[in-house]
Amino acid sequence: MKVLRWLYLSIFALYLIGPILVIAAVSLNEKRFMAFPPRGVSLRWYSEIFVASDWFAALTNSLLIALCSATLAVAIALPIAYGAWRHGLRYAKALLAMGVAPFILPPVIMALAFLILFTSVGNLYGNLITVIIAHAIFLLALPLVTISLGLESIDRALIEASQTMGANERTVFRTIILPIAAPFAFAGFAFCFVLSLNEYIIALMTVGATVETLPIKIFNALRYGYTPVIASIAVLFVTVNILIFALIARFSNLRRILGAME
Amino acid sequence: MGGLARYLTLVPSSVMIGTFFAVPFALILLTSVSTPDDALDYVYAFDLQHFERFATWFYIERALFSAGLCALIAVLSLLIAFPFTYMLTGFGPRAQNTWLIYILAQLSLSEVLIAFSWQILLSRTSGLANILVWLGLAEKSFSMAPSAGAVLAALVYLAVPFSVLLLFPALSRLDKSLIEAARTLGASPLRTFFTVVIPVTRSAIISSGVTIFVLTLGAIIVPQVLGRRQHWTLSVLITDQAIFNFNMSFASALAMVLLVLSASVIFAVTKLTGGNKP
Repeated sequence: MKVLRWLYLSIFALYLIGPILVIAAVSLNEKRFMAFPPRGVSLRWYSEIFVASDWFAALTNSLLIALCSATLAVAIALPIAYGAWRHGLRYAKALLAMGVAPFILPPVIMALAFLILFTSVGNLYGNLITVIIAHAIFLLALPLVTISLGLESIDRALIEASQTMGANERTVFRTIILPIAAPFAFAGFAFCFVLSLNEYIIALMTVGATVETLPIKIFNALRYGYTPVIASIAVLFVTVNILIFALIARFSNLRRILGAME
Repeated sequence: MGGLARYLTLVPSSVMIGTFFAVPFALILLTSVSTPDDALDYVYAFDLQHFERFATWFYIERALFSAGLCALIAVLSLLIAFPFTYMLTGFGPRAQNTWLIYILAQLSLSEVLIAFSWQILLSRTSGLANILVWLGLAEKSFSMAPSAGAVLAALVYLAVPFSVLLLFPALSRLDKSLIEAARTLGASPLRTFFTVVIPVTRSAIISSGVTIFVLTLGAIIVPQVLGRRQHWTLSVLITDQAIFNFNMSFASALAMVLLVLSASVIFAVTKLTGGNKP
């Protein structure tokens, strides 16, 4: 039984990590072709991300979009989650349910909806702001859920006690609510950041014609022939993703966010 | 804080959600029933011609193919993920966190990169076929993509981390005393797994399956990169109509079909299972 368990776990781990390891190996190729096992070892495709101006531009575009949209999403989510929890406002709860909806639908539907909105209203189409707003709305569910979870973990007796001792609303917010909820808000921000960085279809349909994000550039590169830069970017993405989720696990409660009871 | 002030803090968020979710959603609905116009591409009307175009065998066959493919993927990925998730919830907090961090990292990985990695894995020069040659199972290396199998394999790979995370809450909240009771009464670990763990988490399994189904319905890059045109799903066709044919009306109509398909599967399954929420 023990052996079977161990065998199953190793096969599962290999299944998950294997494809990523193959990419990592391919990214080390010395020449401009895909070979596995790699022929010659070099890190030139990693430096290429930062040296080749088109890849570097795509990287900075993606980072800028991810940062702005994650900030915007948290800013939209905070008052909703707070109003629903602190004052039990029915309207805030309705907004919360509505804010979660875009994330559940197949993303191509929201992407098309944004495309139609931005091409038919004003002349915003192709402007960087459109993809920032679109990502913030699409990913709004993540900060909404994490912040609500954080707020729910606050013991209401703690708030009542401090109020009995004369603390006003501001003091309660600053000394009790904020310190407990902040890590969860950070987690929401980080989830948004990562998913925005990796998102393809909404970015394509909002700014695909004018701005290249990394996923768009990779897809275009895939269609016009290989370059090992794609492999090195994949490794970069996996590393960034792991780092950010490790940060969430460090500063917030990852298992609680993912639904495990404490 | 007074009653009005409480609502005032919600104004900016309401405006954002209203303008950028409710309005575009209404627009897509209106566009799906619009009518073609020479000067403006299309004008709003109540014209069902785009739905009539969908109601031909070509598109109905695409919808059935998409639904069948995604149902198969939901079943396969749950089969692969369930035993692992069950074991994961038995690990210590540190080991659980490490696994969860990796699984989240892979789950967030762009679909473009997943498609790319499977393109390498299934290629002639550097793919799995070389292992078959090395094992003596094949004469010489061959390319495994594009094919239906390639699309299936890559989409299952995409869905497995989601399945783990969807099953995780129910399995980690599972009352461990139930398992202990079964074990004390003499049931083997395997028997306990099949007669206690699976029945108790049944509703979570079903709702995870539905979520995976809807999620894979949304895949657009894997079918394009690893499949032929006959393996394209509804989502790919929507992108194709909107980006390459500039036919917003037909793309919107297809999007409505996709929406109804996803919603009706969610509805039917929740009804069938008695509306149990995980």
